[in-house]
Amino acid sequence: MSLSAHDKELIGKVWTKISPKAAQIGGDALGRLIVVFPQTKIYFSHFADLSPSSPQIKAHGAKVLGAIGEAVSGIDNVSASLSKLSELHAYNLRVDPVNFKLLAHTLLVSLSATLGAEFTPEIHLAWDKFLAIVAAVLSEKYR
Amino acid sequence: MGMAEVMDTSIFGLLPQLPNDQPTNQTLTMVHWTDEERQAITSIWAEVNVEEAGHQALTRVLVVYPWTQRYFSTFGNVSNATAIAGNHMVRAHGKRVVVALGDAIKNLDNVKATYAKLSELHSEKLHVDPENFRLLGETLIISLAAQFGAAFTPDIQAAWQKLMAVVTAALSKQYY
Repeated sequence: MSLSAHDKELIGKVWTKISPKAAQIGGDALGRLIVVFPQTKIYFSHFADLSPSSPQIKAHGAKVLGAIGEAVSGIDNVSASLSKLSELHAYNLRVDPVNFKLLAHTLLVSLSATLGAEFTPEIHLAWDKFLAIVAAVLSEKYR
Repeated sequence: MGMAEVMDTSIFGLLPQLPNDQPTNQTLTMVHWTDEERQAITSIWAEVNVEEAGHQALTRVLVVYPWTQRYFSTFGNVSNATAIAGNHMVRAHGKRVVVALGDAIKNLDNVKATYAKLSELHSEKLHVDPENFRLLGETLIISLAAQFGAAFTPDIQAAWQKLMAVVTAALSKQYY
């Protein structure tokens, strides 16, 4: 699976549109992850408050979206753009990769809730592929 | 390492909860819905445009997971996003699927029995890989988020994800 020129264009356009709200969208996606898939809480046992309104959840979600923004900027070589994060997830965080798919889903839900009808099937496709590539890069050094 | 390519079908976290008091065999296997979950489902359902939601959800499945087009070779042109979105048979079929979802919603305490015939149909006649039920569940959630925006809160999403998991399990039941 790889991104076509058209996919990259759509991904970039959406990013430009949402980047003023990136922190909020990230917080929303992470909040949804924990409510909808409560088993993901185990990775945040050090957070005092795990509700969607928690400042720690919002801050961490913002961080995650920031990293996705880096991947968008370096979309022609996501592996290089996320190299440090790839190591972090492999050797320190060791988040089970199944969770990347879960977060990808809740991020698509957040994007859909934000963009409404503008989140067209083609844009949905491009972002689904892109997030799968990000997930693959983050898992690439696990073993 | 191509881990992300693994088609994980784990529904851990989405499995129906069993009630604590279990006097009969039937209640042992019944899905337990809280009042909040029932409310989340019915309140959204009351506002859903059945035809539009079905069209959105099915269009997204065919566009985002194009291999699913294999099931619709009799629908005419379903080879690209524009063709799919404009295809009358896709629209009609999407509506049919979401109308059937309404049956599950009216029978939340017995989705398995409600869908027994549909399950057999999908297995024996249509030969649909049950993974597709999960995919349609995901795109329906995304379609609802597009319609309802922030009103589709995390708690409401959780109730609907549980509904999708229950529907998927019921539709997969008669496969052997």
